[in-house]
Amino acid sequence: MENDALELDFEVDGNDYQRAGEASSRVKTTLKEVGMPAELIKRVAIAMYEGEINMVIHADSGVAKVFIKPDGVEVVLKDVGKGIPDVEKAMQEGFSTASDDAIELGFGAGMGLPNMKKHSDEMVIDTEVGVGTTVTMKFFTKE
Amino acid sequence: MKVTELLDKKIFAVVNEGYDNDIEISKPFCCDLLSFAMGRAPKGAAWVTVMGNVNTIAVAELADIACVVLAEGAHLDDVAMSKAKENGICVLSTDEPIFEAAEKIMRLL
Repeated sequence: MENDALELDFEVDGNDYQRAGEASSRVKTTLKEVGMPAELIKRVAIAMYEGEINMVIHADSGVAKVFIKPDGVEVVLKDVGKGIPDVEKAMQEGFSTASDDAIELGFGAGMGLPNMKKHSDEMVIDTEVGVGTTVTMKFFTKE
Repeated sequence: MKVTELLDKKIFAVVNEGYDNDIEISKPFCCDLLSFAMGRAPKGAAWVTVMGNVNTIAVAELADIACVVLAEGAHLDDVAMSKAKENGICVLSTDEPIFEAAEKIMRLL
């Protein structure tokens, strides 16, 4: 999807809860400006925000790349951090390894990755323990 | 009922008046877990919660929430207030419990 796409790049800081969501918010604004359908915008906003929050909670740092094309959006979230030891378990609703700090702020419900999967059309997780995780999500406009 | 009509009822204190209060409220939605709210709050919801941090405002903006109602006397912290103003999110508050606050909204719809 990268060829001929409008690309947006963001840096995401680990542990910076106050700025979490800024990248998603800017992507939402851009998608509105280019006239993407409302249902796609909402799906991208939700899934990308969950991804951002996951990076803030679990990773040391990361980058978010967003590729926008007329037929859809691709979001690539690449972090440097501890990785996911058991992806199957992490995909289960309600399973969480979030810190107490995250839980106090209202996170840690174990809905992050499931929400990302639910709201994207395709999702691939590439992770290595002790190195980091890359999540790639694709969203297609519905005919 | 639109957000502006809810404001006119004066049943909740106005913490921050949003930019666009012409939005139709679809239903009250009660939840304090942000990821649940993110994934399940219906578009146009009046979101009743006790979570008044900056992430609540981020979720409200991204999930197309009509307005946030802080129940049980919860309040926005300074960073959240700043973000609510910046993003034009309507935030109301009440000392009532979550259920009672949501029920009041429900009765008006």
